[in-house]
Order: sequence, then C-alpha cells, then structure tokens
Amino acid sequence: IASDYGKDPSITSLLNKMDIFLLTVTNPDGYVFTHTTNRMWRKTRSKNPGSLCVGVDPNRNWDAGFGGPGASSNPCSDSYRGPSANSEVEVKSVVDFIKNHGNIRAFLTLHSYSQLLMYPYGYKCTEPADYAELDAVGKAAASSIKSLYGTTFTVGSICTTIYQASGGSIDWSYDYGIKYSFAFELRDTGRYGFLLPANQIIPTAEETWLGLKKIMEHVRDNPY
Amino acid sequence: DIGDVGRKYHLELVLEDVLDKDGTVNCTAEVLYHLGNKNTAPDVHFTIEGELKNTDEADNVFYNRIQSLEKELVAENIPDNHGNVSPEMEPIHLLAWAASGYVIWQNSTENTKFQLAQIKHVKQVKRSDEHLEFDYMILLHEMVSQEIIPWQMRVLWHPQHGVQVTQDSRQPKH
Repeated sequence: IASDYGKDPSITSLLNKMDIFLLTVTNPDGYVFTHTTNRMWRKTRSKNPGSLCVGVDPNRNWDAGFGGPGASSNPCSDSYRGPSANSEVEVKSVVDFIKNHGNIRAFLTLHSYSQLLMYPYGYKCTEPADYAELDAVGKAAASSIKSLYGTTFTVGSICTTIYQASGGSIDWSYDYGIKYSFAFELRDTGRYGFLLPANQIIPTAEETWLGLKKIMEHVRDNPY
Repeated sequence: DIGDVGRKYHLELVLEDVLDKDGTVNCTAEVLYHLGNKNTAPDVHFTIEGELKNTDEADNVFYNRIQSLEKELVAENIPDNHGNVSPEMEPIHLLAWAASGYVIWQNSTENTKFQLAQIKHVKQVKRSDEHLEFDYMILLHEMVSQEIIPWQMRVLWHPQHGVQVTQDSRQPKH
C-alpha cells in the first residue's frame, strides 16, 4: 500500500481519493493467549461474572440480530455472544471509531479458515438489498485471488455459505449503511486449518491482497 | 425427504489425494440422515470410480520403522503450533486423519461440519499381535458451533488390515 503509492496508478488514485484504516489485530488478548497458553483460543479474555469460563466470541457480539440463532448464551461456549451487544471493548472501540469517523465506505474483515468470500447476511437468511452488486464484486475479487496461485474461494452470503450466525461484524456494518461489507475466510480448507504452516503466510497475503485491491478499486470507482 | 425415515442426499464428488494433487478419483455417494434419533450415525453408501493409489510400499516402511523402535512412540502437538509436521510424524498424522474420519462420521448430523484440528498427544500401545495400536488425544473443530472438542480414540492399524477405531470418547473441554 505504502510502497506502491506513486508507482502503481491504481493504488495512487485510490489513496488520493480515500484513506485505508488497517487494524492488524482485533483481539490482542486472545492473540497473546494463543501464544502463551491455548493455541486454539478464539474468544476475548473477558471475565464472565458467575462463570468459571472466560471470554466472548467477538464475532457474535456485534449489534446485528444479537441474541439470535448461531450464537450461544453459554459463557463456556466458543461462540458465546456475551451478555449484551458491544459488551466487548474490542468490538465497541471499532463501532465507536466507525461512528465517529462518519464516512466509512467499506468494511473488510479477514478470518480463517475455509477459503470463503462472504457478504451479508449471517443473522438472517434473506438477501441484502445490494445482493447482485456484492455478489459480482465478490466474484471478481475471488477471481483475482485465484489468478496468483490457483487458490479457490467460494463466494456467497454468510448464511448460505457457512451457517446462520448472529451478531457478526459485517451484518452490523452493512445495516449501519456501509454497503461494501465483506468477510474473508483465508487458507486453507481444513488440512492444516488453524495451524497453517509459516511457509504459506506470505503466499496467502499476496493472493488476499489482490482480492482486497479489487474490492477497494470498486469502492473507489463507485461512490455512494 | 423420505417419509418418517429421514433425509437422503445424492452426492457426486471428486476425491483428491492429499499427497498427490494430480491423483483425483470420481466418487458417488448416498447419505441418509435419520429423522429423530440424533445418536445414530448417518447411513453412507459410496462407489469409487477407478482405483485409489497403491500405498503398500510406504505402508510397509512405516510399519517396519515403528516395529523396530526400542521404546513405544510418544508424541505431542501434530502439527505443532506453527503448522509443522516432521517427516517421521507425517504417517502418524495421516493415520489420525483416517481414524478421525470414522469418529466424525459417527457423530455427524446435517448441522455439523467437523475437521481434525490437531493431535494433542499420541502414545503407542504395546501389542502381542502384529497390529500397531495408538492411543490418540485429538482436537476436533466443529465449524457450525465453532467448538474445539477434545476427543480420545484408540486406533488399530496394519498394512493389510487397514484402520480401525476400537474405542473413542468425547472429552470435557476444561
């Protein structure tokens, strides 16, 4: 992004028009915990009053269909939604940032694993109003990703592609008015799953970047 | 949908050899999920069109290597936390994958999607017959609930007799 400015015409025009905010780790407590204690930890590390179990699934804690199917009310569950929407500081701080900025045009979130490129909704199985455009943009991005190393991504709404899941981030951002809301599930499809070998980190980043770039170019060229 | 019985799926799929990406084989299958009783595994019938690769040589190499160990094999975290699997542990990993397939089948419903996430611990169990036996503690990742589920399984293997899970039990999470 930085080094291509002034060299690549597309990146140059993108950054001349728009800012990119990159949040590299959205769950720092969980990230540390995977290094120190439990490699498979998914949730935040917040204490749950009245329970021995720790943590909330940050991607079930957003204010979108909160409390609905596809999230657990049990603090011991890996998909525990939390006591209330935005109860987790990791979620609330992003919501506050977006609301205070006031002009966010796209919201792209990276996860693993399964090689999926998804748009809303997860909390309900009905199509978003912008379904046709989001699907087309998603397919173009998946095509870009595939062009580098042949990695195939399946494109679709969260509900039809993986499962119904309430309280997810891109459902909130879309219903808040950010039309271009996409969630990526990166490599692989289960052979290593969460334990992707280090030699795949850079190739994953290179191919994912092509997909992100494709989406951002569309956002740049389609103001709303 | 089949009356009071359950729901049947016809599948056409392509099997890809994990160790040889060009080795693909077509397969058709029928899966019947039973109505009501979720404690019954789905019925599966399948036909493989063509042949699977012969692995006799690699099987025998692995078998002989384990039989000639001075002490019973013990290992942890396969893959390790950085996704590495040593060449010596690769057959142990593949064996767990095959065995976990059985456990996954026995515990699958239309609303589950299991993957083997990691072998936490494996210990060879000494036997007086010609089979190899391993006691595995694995982690299964269930995609719909996003749960990581510890599971213990006893696995028998022999080059000519294939894989058998003789005992398995879901473990508590904490």
